[in-house]
Amino acid sequence: MYTKELVARLYKKMSLIRRFELRLAEIYHTDAVKSPVHLSVGQEATAVGLCDPLEKTDIISNTYRCHATYIAKGGDLNEMMAELYGKSTGCAGGKAGSMHLVDMKNGIMGASAVVGTTIPVSTGYALAMQMEAETTGRQRVTVAVFGDGATEEGCFYESINFAALRHLPIIYFCENNRLAIHTPLEKRWATEKLCERVGTFGIETHKLETDDVFAVRDTVAKAAANIRDQRSGPIFIECSTYRWLEHVGPRDDHEDDYRDLDEYRRWKDNDQITRLAAMLGKDVVNRLEDEITVEIKAAEEFAEASPYPADEELYKNVYAS
Amino acid sequence: MFMQADPLQKNNAADQEGVRLIRYVDALREAFEQEMERDPSVFLFGLDVDDHKGIQGSTVGLQDKFGKDRVFCTPLSEDAMTGVAIGAAMAGLRPIHVHIRMDFMLLCMNQLVNMAAKSHYMYNGQVKVPLVVRTMIGRSWGQGGQHSQALHSLFMHIPGLKVVAPSNANDAKGCMIAAIRDNNPVIFIEHRLLYAVDGYVPYKSFEVPFGKARVLQEGDHVTIVAVSHMVMEALRAKKHLENVGIQAEIIDPISLWPLDMDTIMQSVRKTGRLLVVDNAWLTCGASSEIITQVYEVCRKTGENVPDMARMGFAFTTCPTTKPLENVFYPNSRTISAQAYEMVKGKGNRWEPAVDAKTEIDAFKGPF
Repeated sequence: MYTKELVARLYKKMSLIRRFELRLAEIYHTDAVKSPVHLSVGQEATAVGLCDPLEKTDIISNTYRCHATYIAKGGDLNEMMAELYGKSTGCAGGKAGSMHLVDMKNGIMGASAVVGTTIPVSTGYALAMQMEAETTGRQRVTVAVFGDGATEEGCFYESINFAALRHLPIIYFCENNRLAIHTPLEKRWATEKLCERVGTFGIETHKLETDDVFAVRDTVAKAAANIRDQRSGPIFIECSTYRWLEHVGPRDDHEDDYRDLDEYRRWKDNDQITRLAAMLGKDVVNRLEDEITVEIKAAEEFAEASPYPADEELYKNVYAS
Repeated sequence: MFMQADPLQKNNAADQEGVRLIRYVDALREAFEQEMERDPSVFLFGLDVDDHKGIQGSTVGLQDKFGKDRVFCTPLSEDAMTGVAIGAAMAGLRPIHVHIRMDFMLLCMNQLVNMAAKSHYMYNGQVKVPLVVRTMIGRSWGQGGQHSQALHSLFMHIPGLKVVAPSNANDAKGCMIAAIRDNNPVIFIEHRLLYAVDGYVPYKSFEVPFGKARVLQEGDHVTIVAVSHMVMEALRAKKHLENVGIQAEIIDPISLWPLDMDTIMQSVRKTGRLLVVDNAWLTCGASSEIITQVYEVCRKTGENVPDMARMGFAFTTCPTTKPLENVFYPNSRTISAQAYEMVKGKGNRWEPAVDAKTEIDAFKGPF
């Protein structure tokens, strides 16, 4: 059912994300990255499953935990590493850093550190895409990516109401890792019926209980196709996932005694990268891993060799001309 | 019925061809119509923009002319609708988002401060946010504490935003056209009491550039910089002061950010006295900024620091009842008295008689 090429593509993207993140965790103590990082280790499958069916000209918005979706959507790896290093060759010349990665040429809207903030912004982007389609006849899709915590913000409900009202071409994709910093869902939600809540706005909803990368991909592919062909937006997808590391920083914080170790084990046993590696076999995996090694090393070298921005950069782009 | 003093027309010599007297609110409407005709990426939205009243007439007929895709009402949702405007602007459109009262803009602060103002900088030029946020200040006939606030200084504080508060019909039209064409978020402040005030406005499309103050009336004795509706009061004060032999120079900054300090400095060098009358509270406000910048220029150049004073709202919540509201705001008499004392020396008190009927008295609700 799934071709070798597809499995290899998904595997490579997921493994690239994980190894990039683990490399960051490894070098973090050197202080080359002088800013907070919210690593995506464990959440690769949702990001890759989500982005694989999207086209380059489709748009995604991001949260501050944006490394996985940035890479999955095709964001430039060298520019990403340079941005994390605060270098002038970074995707935003060092002005953004980890929490605000952006790559408009690959359809990646700038990420925001303020939870929920990009939900209405991507909704506005979808409004523009709807207007655009009236002239071009071609409907681009916008995907708003956010976590479970963002659904507690007022602007989430304001946005989905507006999107439903105007049938906007947007997929609302909730990466539900059940944690807001360190606070579990049980302390934040009166009920877990998120899809039901969203459904009352007249929005089609899908709940994925695991991060099965094929299921995520198929669900998004179908949603995107429906929006493109039948203008049937908005569509809401809630996908379960699991954050392996601490909220911010490079550490595994399971020793901190606020998380359920059994749950961690269950997610690790269900790791999509391990699963797809088994499907591909050793030879293919080794080849892909070699490619990943080269890509990460190149990004690191690019970042290290790049200059820091000159002082004059401080006042650039305060206002647009 | 009411209009600003004539010299505005004179100062606008280049635009004199084909001017006629229209209301501030109609000048705004004309700006939307001309820009929407010129540029298909311009659209206008907000609560009530397509109802029968059309935002005091400023949007009446626009939906009929430009269709429901380009002129439409929205849910209240001020926070999300601001984000929607920002996203649409990033995608290449030119949204005009309308707020019936400025007080509701406090619900938009996250989007305006964290996204609209920062996106161009934080994403290093990868996106622009050409957004106009129209917002009305209320006054009179009991607008009270939450329908009257003038919060321009909150926005002046934030790098990335522009803030304009035109005081007359000509500038309302020219600034609106400039705001729509600007590639940055512009907070466009409209005072309700100015809506019915007539002014000479060219038929043709034109821009009033930001960062260029207008000397509305010339004088040698004292410079009065007045903001938004306070320009009307300052112009009335000018007439009162003439009766006692004092010539005030009246300056309207028009755009509060960028702020044209050169024009203000030039005037202050002539008069040696500066009175800033803000249509807002004083603390950390536009008046603080203007006076500080005058001081900084003088310190840098070694010039004498002029005699400076400022006036604005009483540091209270705006009361609803008329007698208290009357003492909450500066007016032509209190401005005259302050200017008189500055010119004649401390302790010299004089206050003119009450003005004839003004746009303040003429204003009635219920809206």
